[in-house]
Amino acid sequence: MRAYLDAIAAGYPTVSPALVYLIGMLAFGALVVFVFILPVAGITSWVERRVWARIQSRIGPNRVGPGGFLQWLADGLKNLLKEDVIPAAVDVPLFRIAPYVVVAGFVAAFVALPFAGSLIIADLNIGILYISAITSLVVIGILMAGWSSNNKWSMLGGIRSATQIICYEIPVGLSIFPVVLLSGTLSMQGIISAQGWAPTSWHMFHSPFLFVSFLLFFVGALAEGNRTPFDLPEADSELVAGFATEYSGMRSLLFFLAEWGNLYVIGVLVSTLFMGGWQVPHFTDNGVVLAVAQFATMFVKAYFWVFVAMWVRATLPRVRVDQFMTLCWKYMVPIGLVNVVGTATMMVVLPQGSIVLRWIMVAMTAAILVQFARRVFFHLRRANYGRLGRISEGAA
Amino acid sequence: MSPLAFYPLAFVCIASAMGVVLSRNPVRSALSLVASLFCLAVFYVFLQAHLVAALQIIVYAGAVMVLFLFVITLLNLESDRGLGEKPVLSAIGFGAGAIVAGGLIAALSRTSLGARAVTLVPTFGTTKVLARQLFGDYLVAFELTSMLLLVAVVGAVVLAKRDGSYEGDEQEAAVPARSEEASH
Repeated sequence: MRAYLDAIAAGYPTVSPALVYLIGMLAFGALVVFVFILPVAGITSWVERRVWARIQSRIGPNRVGPGGFLQWLADGLKNLLKEDVIPAAVDVPLFRIAPYVVVAGFVAAFVALPFAGSLIIADLNIGILYISAITSLVVIGILMAGWSSNNKWSMLGGIRSATQIICYEIPVGLSIFPVVLLSGTLSMQGIISAQGWAPTSWHMFHSPFLFVSFLLFFVGALAEGNRTPFDLPEADSELVAGFATEYSGMRSLLFFLAEWGNLYVIGVLVSTLFMGGWQVPHFTDNGVVLAVAQFATMFVKAYFWVFVAMWVRATLPRVRVDQFMTLCWKYMVPIGLVNVVGTATMMVVLPQGSIVLRWIMVAMTAAILVQFARRVFFHLRRANYGRLGRISEGAA
Repeated sequence: MSPLAFYPLAFVCIASAMGVVLSRNPVRSALSLVASLFCLAVFYVFLQAHLVAALQIIVYAGAVMVLFLFVITLLNLESDRGLGEKPVLSAIGFGAGAIVAGGLIAALSRTSLGARAVTLVPTFGTTKVLARQLFGDYLVAFELTSMLLLVAVVGAVVLAKRDGSYEGDEQEAAVPARSEEASH
């Protein structure tokens, strides 16, 4: 990106290079936001509603466009045109700014997210640290929204969210450490380069510690993203809509936009840290084809975890506050510490890792997945004789 | 560092720092402090200290200030109860502020502004270099600081656990006061 802008700046010697750089970066940022982030967040909302409906034997939105695909555009348009109600008793400036702070925190994470080998806005040498730092803006935005709404439900939602994010930042950080130890760098591209395209070279299968780290990271990231089963801040049955209660129109939608978009960020982080990111076999020398293949690999891996998050949301009930705290402090933090020490010990004892151990880990994961799939199909077959007639027709 | 980026940032940084002091509402003060800390982090980035910038945001803006905000919103402090009602206190505050300001001005007047720019080594400010300093040259100081923090945490727990020191009733009474005020 930088080289490209330098080339443009060299073409216009009368203009200051800093100005070219600033305008170029702003334009590129706006392009990424409008062409990639907003559509991904919007389409994720449609996918989530369809997946959720399917799991609950409903149909879901299917009227706007093919299969309801354009529903997200219709919803966005509707919310933009709605009246932006600002209640009389709120703290007006903070109430207005809060959704933007939340969205800024989530969009800023994309600066260091890798899309492909050559596609990254800025490969910071502190990449993963930057992402975990900048997403803390989201907490501040949510606390602002909760407090400025001047409403007890909003307040409770904001405070719950702050607690949640602060607590789960610790196990998430601890589960990132082993990956950083293994790859010896904090840069996102560096972490991906330390892995290969084959599952046996992924960090996830390096040792049992790394596999547990991966599970901790995914659970912790769901909790930080306020996703079910950790959606305590906006628990509809307890707090109306939590910190978003007093918001209407587009401002309310912005909170959810950040939540859906955040799912994609979680997916990219999981696949970068543990699953080899955009790594593909070097099958061609054509740079563009390779970049497209890398982008597709990254997107599929990331979206797989988005799908798992939707699946989890449709399956698990919400945890209670005390269970939530117990899970974090009594289980995830100690396990995370054991993982860090265990990985460091592994690296001293076996500096090159063990390819046998890697193959055993892959084989065990494959066995678990096969067994899981068998159970799913067993229950689907049984359901044919049950009351879900629609499924039996489809399966036959 | 480009003046194009410096002046707007410096303006935001100073404006939010003023907001911390001038705002009568504790939540707004705390949020201004967050904005100010963010601007400082951006300055660190421009000075090639990327790791320090990230740590600044994680530790101060992300953890410390969130806890501040948490406590302020939880206790729902009244916004307009300043020092103005007690002339002695406000006189002391003013005096202390004047001493600090005088010290700063004296220090600034001795600073020369014509310092030459230094050429940095390419590894300046990277995680590796910083870690080597922190866990090599300054290991003892680092470990002593962490011991100090541990002692502070243990002390806080002991103080908070002491019987009879919890004044829960007073805090609970303060919560409905604000919502009544709001409904008028």
